[in-house]
Amino acid sequence: MSLRAVPILTLVLLLGPVLAGLAGTLAPAFGILPVIGRVEPGLDAFAALLAWPGLPAAVRLSLVTGLGSAALSLAIVTLLVACWSGTRSFAAFRRVLSPLLSVPHAAAAFGLAFLIAPSGLIVRALSPGLTGWTQPPDLLIVQDGAGLSLMAGLVVKEVPFLLLMVLAALGQADAARAELVARSLGHDRPAAWLKAVFPPVYAQIRLPVLVVLAFSMTVVDVAMILGPNTPPTLAVQILRWMNAPDLAMRLQGAAAATLQLALVCAALGLWWLGERAVARLGRAWVWSGARRAGGQGTAAVALVLAGIAAAAVLAGLAVLAIWSVAGFWRFPGVWPDAITLRNWMRHGPGVADVLGDTVLIAGAATGIALALAIGCLEAEHRHGLRMRVRGQWLLYLPLLAPQVAFLPGVQTWMLILGIKGGVAAVVAAHVLFVFPYVFLSLGDPFRAWDTRQATVAHSLGAGPDRVLWAVRLPMLLAPVLTAAAVGFAVSVGQYLPTLLIGGGRVPTVTTEAVALASGGDRRAIGVWALVQTGLALLPFALAIGLPRLAWRNRKGLLHG
Amino acid sequence: MTMLKTLIAAAAALVPGWAVADPDPADWASVLEAARGQTVYWNAWGGSPVTNDFIAWVGRRVAEDHGVTLEHVKLSDTADAVARVLAEKQAGQDKGGAIDLIWINGPNFAAMKEAGLLFGPFAEQLPNWALVDVAGKPVRADFTVPTDGMESPWATAQVVFMYDSADMAPLADMGALLDWAQANPGRFTYPQPPDFLGTTFLKQALYGVLDDPSVLLRPVDEAGYDDIVAPLWAYLDALTPNLWRQGRAYPQTGPRQIQLLADGEISLAISFSPGEASAAIANGQLPDTVRTFVPAGGTIGNASFVAIPYNATAPAGAMVVANFLLSAQAQARALDPANLGYGTVLDLGALPDGERALFDGIDLGIATLSPAELGPALPEPHPSWMTRIAADWVGRYGVAN
Repeated sequence: MSLRAVPILTLVLLLGPVLAGLAGTLAPAFGILPVIGRVEPGLDAFAALLAWPGLPAAVRLSLVTGLGSAALSLAIVTLLVACWSGTRSFAAFRRVLSPLLSVPHAAAAFGLAFLIAPSGLIVRALSPGLTGWTQPPDLLIVQDGAGLSLMAGLVVKEVPFLLLMVLAALGQADAARAELVARSLGHDRPAAWLKAVFPPVYAQIRLPVLVVLAFSMTVVDVAMILGPNTPPTLAVQILRWMNAPDLAMRLQGAAAATLQLALVCAALGLWWLGERAVARLGRAWVWSGARRAGGQGTAAVALVLAGIAAAAVLAGLAVLAIWSVAGFWRFPGVWPDAITLRNWMRHGPGVADVLGDTVLIAGAATGIALALAIGCLEAEHRHGLRMRVRGQWLLYLPLLAPQVAFLPGVQTWMLILGIKGGVAAVVAAHVLFVFPYVFLSLGDPFRAWDTRQATVAHSLGAGPDRVLWAVRLPMLLAPVLTAAAVGFAVSVGQYLPTLLIGGGRVPTVTTEAVALASGGDRRAIGVWALVQTGLALLPFALAIGLPRLAWRNRKGLLHG
Repeated sequence: MTMLKTLIAAAAALVPGWAVADPDPADWASVLEAARGQTVYWNAWGGSPVTNDFIAWVGRRVAEDHGVTLEHVKLSDTADAVARVLAEKQAGQDKGGAIDLIWINGPNFAAMKEAGLLFGPFAEQLPNWALVDVAGKPVRADFTVPTDGMESPWATAQVVFMYDSADMAPLADMGALLDWAQANPGRFTYPQPPDFLGTTFLKQALYGVLDDPSVLLRPVDEAGYDDIVAPLWAYLDALTPNLWRQGRAYPQTGPRQIQLLADGEISLAISFSPGEASAAIANGQLPDTVRTFVPAGGTIGNASFVAIPYNATAPAGAMVVANFLLSAQAQARALDPANLGYGTVLDLGALPDGERALFDGIDLGIATLSPAELGPALPEPHPSWMTRIAADWVGRYGVAN
C-alpha cells in the first residue's frame, strides 16, 4: 500500500463511523425513528428538551465542570513544571504521577468518593475522637450541587495525563536551553519557564488540553459517581433518556445529545478566546521585562496541589485494595471488622475469563493505531501531506463528540451492513478512540524531531525507509512506547464502545467492572478496579523502563 | 457461498411451508433436541455478585443436563438489552440476534411487547409451568400488563423496609414513617426515581395515602390525575426536607442505598426482596442488627421474568434455561438467602414430596419475615403510573439544585 494513501485511509476509518453515527443520532433528534413509527421530521424532541426543568442547571454543570477542571488541571501542571522541573523532587514526583494515568477514571472516582464522603476514611480517622461523631454527619460533600467533587475527581485524573503530555513535549521544545537563557537574563525559575518555555510547549499540548476539556464535559461514569444528580450533568441525563424503557424518550435523548455537541463546540470556542486573552496578557508580561524574586510561594502551592491530586488517587487505590479484602466494615472503624479473601476467590475466575480478550483487544487496537499514526506522520514528512489544522481536528472528532451521541448510530449502521459484533468489530471500534490519543501523544514529538538527522542519514546512503526504521523510530523510542501505553490504557478503559459494538458478547475487564459498579458493591469494585489498574499499569512501566534500558548509554535520547 | 445461502434462506422465507418453523414449545422433545449444543446469551443485570453466582450455577446445570452453554452478558441496565434488540430490528436483522434471553419485568417488558420485539408465546407450554402457583403469585400479569406467555416467571419479590435495630424500632405504616423521619432527619432516603426501586417507594407511598387504591390498576386517567396524586406530593413535600442530605442528593441504585445503610449514613431503607437483608448480612455487607418490617396495609409485590427476543439465535436453548429456572432445584437454591434469597413462584403444596423437601430445610435468615408476617402482596399499579409519577417526581424533586 502506498504511504500516500495512509492519511486518507485513516480519515475514512475514523470519520466514517463517527459521521454515520452522528447521522443516526441527528435523525431521531429531528423526530425520525422509524422503528417506533416516527417518520415525520419535526422539532418536538427539542421542545420536550427545553421543557425539562433541569436543563439550565445541567447545561451550567457541564460547562462549569468541563471548563473548570480543564483550566485547573492545566494550571497545576504548568506551575508544577515551571517551578520544579529539573529538580530532584520533580523527578521523584514524575515517577509517582505517570503511573496514575493508567488508573481507570471510575476506579479513581470511587476511591476519592470513599475518602471524602461523610462516612469516608477521612471522617472515620477523625471520629469519634476529634469530631464526636458516632454516626456520619449529614453533609452534602460527594454529589454536591456545584459539581466541586466532580471537578476534583476529574482534576486528579487529568493532571497525570497533561503532565505526561507536557513531559513528552518538553524534550522537543529545547526547554533546557531556552530556560537557561531566560534565567541568565535574571528571571527566577518559574518566570523563566513560563516566559520562554511555556509558549512552545503549549502549542504542542493544545489538542490534548482540548480533549481534556471535551472529555470533562461529556464524561459519564465519573459524573455518575461524584457529580450531582438533582439534576445530573447533561451527559448523564442523555444516557438516562437513551436508556429509558419508553422508547420515545430516545428522541429527547438524541435532541439532548445534539445540544451536548453544540455545548462542546461552544466550550472549545470559549477556551479559544481564553487562549487569546492569556496570550495577550503573557506578551505584555514578557515585554514588561519585570524581574521578581520570591516565586517560592507559587512553587509551594503548585507542589501541594499536585501532591494532593496524586495522594488522592493513591489513597483511593489503597482504600479500594482494603475494600477488596474487607468483610463487614462499620462506621467509624478505620479498618474492616474482618479481613477475608472471599471477594478475590469469588471474582478471580471471572477476571481470568476476560483477561485474555481484554489484552488481545487492547494490543490489537493499539498496534493498528500505532501503525496508522506512524504511517500518517511519515507520509506527512515525506510527501508534505501535512494535514491542515482543520484536518487534524477531524481526527479528534471521536474524542470531541459525546460517545453516547454517536455510538448507538454506529451500532445501527453495523447491523445494516451485516457486520457481526465480535472481537474484530470491537477492536475496530476501539481504534476510533485509541488512534487520536496515540496520534496526540506521538504527533508532536515525531514532528519536532530534528530532520537534519535524516539529512545526515540520507547523505550516508540510507533510503527513506531505512531512515524511518533505523534512525527516527529508535530515537523516538520513548514517545512511541508512551503512545502505545496511552493507547493500551485507553482501550482497556472503553466501556460504551465495547458494550454496544460487541453486542454485549465481548466481555472485557471494564464491561464487567462497570456492570458490577452499577451495583455499588465496594468489595467487587475494589477487586475489579485493581485488576483494571494493574492491566493498564504494565505498559506504562514498560514505556518508562525500556528506553532507560535501551538508552542507558545515550542520555540525550531519554527525554520521553 | 454465503450469498447463495442467503438467497436460499430468503426464498425459503417467501414460500409458505418452506420456512423453518420456530421451535415449538409444545413439542418439548424437539426443543431439547434443538437446544443441545446451543449457546444461550442471557442478558441480565450484573450488578450483584450473588445473582451472578446464581446464574453461573444455572449455566453449569443446563450444560450438564441439556448440553446448553449459558453465557451471562452482564448489564448495568436492562434497557441496554432492549436498545440492542431495537437496533437489530431497526437494521432489519430479524434472525441471529445477539440476545437469547433477558431478565426483564415491568416497563421494559411492556415496551418490548408493545413493539413486537419478543418471541412467543412459550411460557405456559414449558413443562415446569405445571408447578407454578398461577393462582397465588403474580405470574400472569406484569405490572397489570398480561404476560400472554411472552415471558416466563422465575422469582417473586415483595417490598420490605430494612432498618437497623440498633437505631430504631419497626414503623407501623407510611404515616409513622413520615413522623419518624421528621423526628430523625437525615436518616432515610430512597433510590432516585426513575430508578426502579425508588419509583417503587413512590408507588408504595401512593398506596399508603390513597383512600381507594383501585384506580392504580387502570391506566392513568388525565382527568382525575392531579387530584388523585395530590396527597402523594403533600406527603413527599413533608418528607423531603427530612431525607438524607435534605433530598439534595439521592443514592442512584438500590445497592448504593444498602451501602449507605452499611456505612451508618441512614437507618432505614427500602428493599424489593424480603431475603435481601439476610443475604447481605451473611455476605458481610450489612450489620447483623438489620431487620425488616412491612407497613400496615401491605406492600407491593411482583415477579421477575425471563423473555426471549423475537430474533434470538437460540430460542430453543433459551426455553430450556427458562424451564430449568422453574425447576424445584433452581427455585430452592434461589430461595436460600445463602445464595439469593428470592421468593419462589412455585406452588409448594403441589410439589411431589421429594422436591418439597428441598424447600423445607432452608433457613430464611435472621432478618427475613415469615410468609405470614409478610402478608399479602399488593398488585403493581399499571405501568403508566410508574412512568407518570416518576416523571412528575423528577420535575418536583429531581432538579431542585
